[in-house]
Amino acid sequence: MLSKRIIPCLDIKDGETVKGINFVGIKSVGDPVELGALYAEQGADELVFLDITATHEGRKTFAELVKRIAQNINIPFTVGGGISEISDADVLLRAGADKISLNSSAVRNPQLINDMADAFGSQFVVVAIDARLDDSGKWVVTVNGGRIPTDKELFSWAKEAQDRGAGEILFTSMNHDGTKNGFANEALAQLSDELSIPIIASGGAGKMEHFTDVFTKGKADAGLAASIFHYKEIAIPDLKDYLRGEGIVMR
Amino acid sequence: MIAIIDYNAGNIQSVEFAMERLGVDYITTNDKEKIRQAEKVIFPGVGEAKNTMEFLKAQGLDTFIKELKQPVLGICLGMQLMCQHSEEGDVDALGIFDATVKLFKPQNGEKVPHMGWNTITDVKGKLFTNDLEAKYVYFVHSYYAELCDETVATTNYTLPYSSALHKNNFYATQFHPEKSGDVGEQILKNFINL
Repeated sequence: MLSKRIIPCLDIKDGETVKGINFVGIKSVGDPVELGALYAEQGADELVFLDITATHEGRKTFAELVKRIAQNINIPFTVGGGISEISDADVLLRAGADKISLNSSAVRNPQLINDMADAFGSQFVVVAIDARLDDSGKWVVTVNGGRIPTDKELFSWAKEAQDRGAGEILFTSMNHDGTKNGFANEALAQLSDELSIPIIASGGAGKMEHFTDVFTKGKADAGLAASIFHYKEIAIPDLKDYLRGEGIVMR
Repeated sequence: MIAIIDYNAGNIQSVEFAMERLGVDYITTNDKEKIRQAEKVIFPGVGEAKNTMEFLKAQGLDTFIKELKQPVLGICLGMQLMCQHSEEGDVDALGIFDATVKLFKPQNGEKVPHMGWNTITDVKGKLFTNDLEAKYVYFVHSYYAELCDETVATTNYTLPYSSALHKNNFYATQFHPEKSGDVGEQILKNFINL
C-alpha cells in the first residue's frame, strides 16, 4: 500500500537551516545538508528545503546548496523560495531537485504553474499555499511568508492550481503554524475531497497524535513539520513506530 | 563504465549522483558508439511519452536502444517507453516488453499521480534478492505497465501492475531506485554487479 509520508521542512537562510515561530524570531539550527542526510537516515520520506529569504529580499536560487543536497541524499526533495521564472526552475532541476514549490510567484502569475508543468511535468510542480482563516470563516491566501493577504480563497485557488498542472499542494495554515496545537484538519480534509492530487499538510505539528489526526481526520497524504524535528522534540523513527501502531501505513 | 543515455529527459542528474554515491564510473552521453561500448546502460526518464518517443526517433535512438546487447536498465518513463504502447499520447513505444502502458483510473478516490513510497512484491530475477520482498520504493507516475510474463516485481495501486520488468538483457523499474534510499541503492548495485 502507498504509505503516508513524513516530511521534515528545512527553512534556509544564508545557507543555514532556520525555523521561526510564525516566521518571526529566526534561530539557526544547523547545516542543511548534514541535517537532511540525518533525517533521510532516520526514515524521513522526503525533504523540503525552502529558501525563506528569497521572496522577501529578492534573492534567487540556491542552486549550489541544492546540488550538494542531491549529491548526498538518496530520497526525494523539494526546493522552493523565490522561483518566479522557468530559468530559475531549470537551474534547480539541473542541480538535482526532484520538485520545486511555487508560492507567491504563482499567486501573482498563475500562468507560471501551466508553464512549469508544460516544461518539466506536473510531478515537478508543487504549489505551496499559505492561508489564514479570517473572522468571517474564509481561508484567505497570503503571500510573502504570510505577511500580505490576497483576494484569493484557499479552496478555489488550490483547485485552480491543480487544473493548471500542479502535481501536489502544500497547504500551510498560518493560524496553526508555530502553535504546536495540531494541523488544520477540517480544511485539509476538504482540500483532499475536492482535489485529485496529493495534499501535504503543514503548520501545527506538536505531538505525535497530531500526525494520526492529520492522516485520518485531515486525509492528508503527507505531514510536514520543522521545529519538532529540528529541536529533537519528536524523533522520526519514534513517530513512524507510533503511527504504525495507530494503523497508519508507514514505510 | 556505465553509460547513462542523455536525451530530452529530466532527473539525469539524480542518476549521476547515485552512481557517484556507489563509486561507479559513468558517462552521460548520446554518442551511440560510446553507449555501445559501455558495460551497462541506464535509460532514465521523467517526462511525457509521446514527445519523448518522437525525440528518440529523431535521434535514431529508438532502434538503437532495442539492439543493445549489454544489460540495460530503464527507469520510470524509460521503462514505459520499453513497452509496446502507451496510452499517454497514444504512442507506439520501443516494444521490448510485452506490456502496454495505461492511465491509472482511481477506484476509491486514490490520487493520480501515484506519488510516494509503495511496496514491491513477488520480486524475482537478478535485480531483486529475496530480502527486497515487500520493501518500499519511491514512485511518481500517472501511467502504469500492465502485468505480463516479464513482470519481476508487482505493486498495487488501484490494481496490481508491473513495478519492474525483465527480458533477456533488458531490465526496468517503474520506481526511482536513485531516490529510493538504501533499498534503491541495493537494486542499483544488483544491476551494476550483473
